[in-house]
Amino acid sequence: MSEASPSFFQRLSLALNFFYRTLTEPDLARAFAWLKWTEFPPGAKFAIDEGKPKAAVLKEADAEGALQILALLQQDGRLIDFLQEDMGGYSDADIGAAARVVHEGCRKALREHLKLQPVHEEEEGSRITVDRGFDATAIRLTGNVVGEPPFSGSLAHRGWRVTEVTLPRIAEGHDLRVLAPAEVEL
Amino acid sequence: MSDPRYAVGIDLGTTHSVLSYVDLETSEGDEVVQQVLPVPQLTSAGTIEDRPVLPSFLYLPHPDELTPADLALPWAETIPYAAGELARNLGARTPIRLVSSAKSWLCHPGVDRREGLLPGDAPEEIERISPLTASVRYLEHLRDAWNYQFPDHPLHRQALTLTVPASFDPAARELTAEAAEQAGLDNLVLLEEPQAALYSWVQSTDGQWREQVQVGDLILVVDVGGGTTDLSLIAVTERDGALELNRIAVGEHILLGGDNMDLALAHVVRAKLAADGKKLEPWQLQALTHGCRSAKETLLADPDSGPVPVVVPSRGSKLVGGTLRTELTFEEVSRTLVEGFFPVVAADARPATRSRGALTRLGLPYAQDAAVTRHLAAFLGRQVGAAEDLEGFQREGEFLRPTRILLNGGVFKAGILSERMLGVVNGWLETENAPAARLLEGANLDLAVARGAAYYGHARRGRGVRIRGGTARSFYVGIESAMPAVPGMEPPVQALCLAPFGMEEGTEAELPPQEFGLVVGEPVRFRFFGSSVRREDHVGSLLEDWDDEELEELPEIEATLPAEGKTPGEVVPVQLRAGVTEVGTLRLEAVPRTGEQPWKVEFNVREEND
Repeated sequence: MSEASPSFFQRLSLALNFFYRTLTEPDLARAFAWLKWTEFPPGAKFAIDEGKPKAAVLKEADAEGALQILALLQQDGRLIDFLQEDMGGYSDADIGAAARVVHEGCRKALREHLKLQPVHEEEEGSRITVDRGFDATAIRLTGNVVGEPPFSGSLAHRGWRVTEVTLPRIAEGHDLRVLAPAEVEL
Repeated sequence: MSDPRYAVGIDLGTTHSVLSYVDLETSEGDEVVQQVLPVPQLTSAGTIEDRPVLPSFLYLPHPDELTPADLALPWAETIPYAAGELARNLGARTPIRLVSSAKSWLCHPGVDRREGLLPGDAPEEIERISPLTASVRYLEHLRDAWNYQFPDHPLHRQALTLTVPASFDPAARELTAEAAEQAGLDNLVLLEEPQAALYSWVQSTDGQWREQVQVGDLILVVDVGGGTTDLSLIAVTERDGALELNRIAVGEHILLGGDNMDLALAHVVRAKLAADGKKLEPWQLQALTHGCRSAKETLLADPDSGPVPVVVPSRGSKLVGGTLRTELTFEEVSRTLVEGFFPVVAADARPATRSRGALTRLGLPYAQDAAVTRHLAAFLGRQVGAAEDLEGFQREGEFLRPTRILLNGGVFKAGILSERMLGVVNGWLETENAPAARLLEGANLDLAVARGAAYYGHARRGRGVRIRGGTARSFYVGIESAMPAVPGMEPPVQALCLAPFGMEEGTEAELPPQEFGLVVGEPVRFRFFGSSVRREDHVGSLLEDWDDEELEELPEIEATLPAEGKTPGEVVPVQLRAGVTEVGTLRLEAVPRTGEQPWKVEFNVREEND
């Protein structure tokens, strides 16, 4: 945030002012009623709208973790080999045999390093209700998106959420960009 | 020294090692707070992950093979070798630098176990290490992992229990204790692995074990580890109104374990591939063994799941073209594992025996007969009289009849194998019209030994039941009898009993009346024997002749009378005295008649060069 938060006395003055105006101005009170306290849990962060769009703060993802996961998927499940290979000339049976290597190995790598959990445990296709104040990152509404929450709809995909990440510790100076070393048999 | 905070159990296994611990401060009686230590280890170069087990492998890399950072551990910046998962992975492609099965070498009577032997196929430029040193390295790794997690409670200050196969000979036990000492852990006691498995079962019942066994029960423990099969019998008796557990017999050392089973399956699949004209290279066998293991688990869990595909990925980056695919069927698994390793045999079946000549320096003396059931039949037959001296037991029939069976080891996760094992024993019991034995359930098959060892550390402090037993063998020294030599005939040997059966830890046997004349400064060797069946012999008993079944010859022992203060060449009369240390190792001493200090008789002596 670029602005500093108001001081205690500024906040006190603000609170008293709005206390008085909420009591005396019905229109303002109606506007405040929209704001459900549950939507503002303690510690929530608020963006300040100053009337003009501000540049969003974008974060560069840290490549190290991504490289580590790729290396694990290659090491256990040969994922990079599989994706880099031209599938053109192969029969489905050959591809199937290789897919087993990839599936079994990558699955093991995932299981060991990420704890995965569906966002919604319900069966896909079942009707679910999306309450007001839902987490729009975890739930994507599609189709006839109109009206007010709670929304009712059919669960098309359960979603995935990582609840725990345990990545290997890496020695200082270890080059993570080498996903798999070249092997030279002597 | 302050009281230990934790009781720590280490299962130093042939193929993997596990450390478990009980918090003594928060545990009371049957309420035990127990964990398995996550062991940080290299899983690939420069990459460290926590694993519940440390694969018992060491890799001795070429100086240019890896960067120093590739081998760094949280507690050691530079270390010239890798232990654990990385070692196993690197070794699959470069076996000449891989140390494996050190534990089997540690009890190999035909070699000098302090000599650099491993890796067996190493070329000259690789400095080989001894089976003892390999064991030290694994213990050091576990010690450092522990100290890293518990800097305020260093491992050498905890109550440490290290497990050994019940069938380990005195030299192998002593070497295990010595390995611990070299790793700075001299605070240990040894515990037999089948006993550890039983302790783990006792603990898993939350105090209910007293309802599951009763006086007169005979518990058979079958512990099939990665590399060895270990058998023990434990009798349930009563003392002062409380149930007591007595380990009354242990089996021979059988180098046959779960890894043999996975390898056997891999060979079946390899033969199938070969029939299709596809040849496997040696490195592919490991991938195949791995594939077979998971296919086996699928099939044994659900026999109706149909053929399970097994694939061996290509070595190069072309995955699709080079991957071999075949299938494993339930019928093949059943034929190879169930019929190959657990065949239905009669109670009087005996394993194909190995001649003594097979104990070569070249390789490990693997069991020649893969049938666990035949080894078990031989064990129960040999021990038919093991319980007859206990109150509430009598000798009946042709073999000792167990009433409860505890199975331990990952292979028994497959229901079909544990059912077969139980079925075979119950078949034997049925032919003698004896009641069927029941399976004791609830133990964790993979981690039970380490967990049981940690629990033992807790129970030893008077907080739980203890298995009594003492040494599971009596020990003898060979005396060449004074008879005129007959050409072409070995001079007859008598066996003098030094240590009776069932000696408890921290006790000493009395002195036998027989004396030996030792020459000052000259090493003297004695033949050495052990018996797992002669329970009546006492110190000084002199055996004129015996069956091969009764007495097993162990590696020779050696006494060297130090030359200080004596004339070289002088002959000093001594007596040989046996004791069992607090650690649980056998100790032999030469006691001079002149009243001087006794000195140690060595078990593990260098083989004479022939």
